Amino acid sequence: MELNGAQIVIQSLKDEGVEYIFGYPGGAVLHLYDALFQQDDVKHILVRHEQGATHAADGYARATGKPGVVLVTSGPGATNAVTGIATAYMDSIPMVVISGQVPSAVIGSDAFQEVDMVGITRPCVKHNFLVSDVTKIAETIKKAFYVATSGRPGPVVIDIPKDITAPNVKVPYNYPKKIEMRSYHPATQGNKGQIKKAVELLLSAQRPVIYAGGGVVLGEGSQELIELAHTLGYPVTQTLMGLGAFPSTDKQFIGMLGMHGTYEANMTMHESDLILAIGARFDDRVTGKLDMFCPYAKIIHVDIDPASISKTVRVDVPIVGEVKLVIRQLLDGLKDAKYKIDKKSSETWWQQINQWRGVECLEYDRNTRTIKPQFVIEQLYQVTKGEAFVTSDVGQHQMWAAQYYPFDKPRRWINSGGLGTMGFGLPAAIGVKLAHPNADVACVTGDASIQMCIQELSTALQYKTPVKIINLNNSYLGMVRQWQEFSYESRYSHSYMETIPDFVKLAEAYGHVGIRVENPDDVRGALEQAFAMKDRTVFLDILTDRTENVYPMIEAGKAHHEMKLRVAIGTTTDRELS
Amino acid sequence: MRHIIAILIENEAGALSRVAGLFSARGYNIESLTVAPTEDASLSRMTLVTRGSEDIVEQIIKQLNKLIDVVKLIDLQETVHIERELMLVKIKTVDKVRDELRSVVDIFRGKIIDVTPTSYVVEMTGTSEKLDAFIATVDKNSIIEVVRSGATGISRGEKGLHL
Ligand SMILES: Cc1cc2nc3c(=O)[nH]c(=O)nc-3n(C[C@H](O)[C@H](O)[C@H](O)COP(=O)(O)OP(=O)(O)OC[C@H]3O[C@@H](n4cnc5c(N)ncnc54)[C@H](O)[C@@H]3O)c2cc1C
Ligand SMILES: Cc1ncc(C[n+]2csc(CCOP(=O)(O)OP(=O)(O)O)c2C)c(N)n1
Ligand SMILES: [Mg+2]
Repeated sequence: MELNGAQIVIQSLKDEGVEYIFGYPGGAVLHLYDALFQQDDVKHILVRHEQGATHAADGYARATGKPGVVLVTSGPGATNAVTGIATAYMDSIPMVVISGQVPSAVIGSDAFQEVDMVGITRPCVKHNFLVSDVTKIAETIKKAFYVATSGRPGPVVIDIPKDITAPNVKVPYNYPKKIEMRSYHPATQGNKGQIKKAVELLLSAQRPVIYAGGGVVLGEGSQELIELAHTLGYPVTQTLMGLGAFPSTDKQFIGMLGMHGTYEANMTMHESDLILAIGARFDDRVTGKLDMFCPYAKIIHVDIDPASISKTVRVDVPIVGEVKLVIRQLLDGLKDAKYKIDKKSSETWWQQINQWRGVECLEYDRNTRTIKPQFVIEQLYQVTKGEAFVTSDVGQHQMWAAQYYPFDKPRRWINSGGLGTMGFGLPAAIGVKLAHPNADVACVTGDASIQMCIQELSTALQYKTPVKIINLNNSYLGMVRQWQEFSYESRYSHSYMETIPDFVKLAEAYGHVGIRVENPDDVRGALEQAFAMKDRTVFLDILTDRTENVYPMIEAGKAHHEMKLRVAIGTTTDRELS
Repeated sequence: MRHIIAILIENEAGALSRVAGLFSARGYNIESLTVAPTEDASLSRMTLVTRGSEDIVEQIIKQLNKLIDVVKLIDLQETVHIERELMLVKIKTVDKVRDELRSVVDIFRGKIIDVTPTSYVVEMTGTSEKLDAFIATVDKNSIIEVVRSGATGISRGEKGLHL
């Protein structure tokens, strides 16, 4: 079969099994758009801003495990995509981004809409390619998908000069079934010696804890993690990115750890004598002050990326491999081990943990006239029976969603953790809804974040992706305001916007349903109403307690056992702020 | 500690900038970096000299290995190895010191490869310390120009860094 470059790109995507491509046209990709027009297999979603394309593809990838695919033009199209590429990179999300480039002959001449996309994205991609010849397109696309989805996943950019996709140059098409790269061999099984050491430590620990992260979600290791945790009977904490990999309603789950983690999770970490870290990368939001991090613990670290191991915290037993396979090896090792878990010490440890649980660090004042954001999330959980896919933006609302919506399955909680990209939530929700048209999809957002990609409401109408937007509207850049309250003597420098749009009218202008909620008694009803409208995108603008803070909190430079808890329940009021 | 890392990398456009970019983005220090194609034209070989604590060098090596284009690498510091650097030095000469300079060049096993009535160009190879020592020996004010290639290295014995 002879095809031109543009047809080869589209045919390769088909052969790769791509269902959706999120994009925006422009000069350098016109040949590609023409090829797209002439087929129906790969469905194109026209976003309203290239950042939206990357986040939507990202949401699709997080919800399915399949790579998200993006198509943008050169220059401004490409640079608009960079924030979304970096977002995917920080959270290890598989994504393939195809960007148009100016024709090969004028590269380097400051041609119209030229930007060095390979250079700009180098630090925020797993790998990138500049295609130099039409005969190399198919192989490059195959490599891109292979690299993006294997090992530690990540975004891959393919920059294609316009002449390479020209309609008049036809070459034989052959999509490779498999690809070998001599320079790239992702790890699989863990080293046997290290597994043996890990098993010994696991069996002799007095105060063990499992610290699981996004790697368990990315590597589809949930079932194995649950089996391991139940075999051992040890407490499990998870990072923001791991939530759902281990069921939040399991009695061995002690909550998220880190800056806004639970008291019991952070105290358990601090006092533990053995940490089994699985697919987690010891991020600074998790460790707090490094030289005070888990002072009594030996650490076993399972990760597919050797560079994640001993990067910020030295570990005792490094195990490089796929979560799924390594946990299986650990389970086999435990089965064959001569001695068994010490039930007695396990009991004392659990007694201690339950005491910490008794602090009830997530309690909040339930008797106010204002709407508490925590209450909204609890109601969202009930109305959706814990089964929704929840995307979020970045800020306080993100933390409340993480704290008050107990996720029981992986890939249900979809948020930007590593880069913390405001604007992520809405386009991501659209991507999720396309992947799971029959599921409830909620986007928990804030009055500031939602305005960063609000234009995607228009995409949601065009492609009929009825998501529910839960805007926890506190009229503040709440997370910034909280830091200013705690660390800058309440000097609220530019964390308040003088004008906030009428979100109800805005939603209506975009062709959706807008509902404002101002009274705690109306929250439940509004949520039920929203989710009952199966085929409408609904924007719930919920006016919440403006000065509520996220607790617990480990402030900068503090360690796990130095958490700031809500002072006393009942003392936070809806203070007026000027 | 000083480490000398030999890298085999796909000979693709941009390979050098991936390595250089990694070092600047992560704040690692590069003392020198040399690169050229090998006997296999599809591969380039780089020699990179860096300094850092053991933790940092461990990260550097992991991060280099993580680059998709890097095929293989070795920390020569951990093996018995030979290092060589090439240096060209242009030196101002006046009659009365020409002989003396020639004998210093001989002692250092250098070669004078260009002569004018007022200057010499000296070619010298050796370890970086030897080249430093030569520079220290020559009168500072007479040096017009120094060009150094940066260190390259190879392990001793029969084992080698290849595919
Ligand atoms: C406002 C805000 C507040 C935050 N507060 C917190 C907080 O309180 N607590 C918290 O935990 N986070 C918090 N975060 C998120 C934080 O910034 C990090 O994104 C997060 O902690 C990283 O999660 P992780 O360690 O699970 O790593 P991820 O980024 O999910 O990385 C996954 C790890 O698993 C490895 N991996 C991938 N695939 C596999 C596989 N198949 N097999 C084995 N290993 C694999 C990867 O190599 C990597 O090391 C916050 C973020 C924001 C924006
Ligand atoms: C693109 C971007 N710019 C700035 C920030 C810094 N930032 C983090 S949270 C936040 C405020 C978010 O406000 P809002 O969306 O209203 O959420 P709230 O905290 O009030 O719930 C800001 C500005 C960011 N994370 N992303
Ligand atoms: Mg807000």
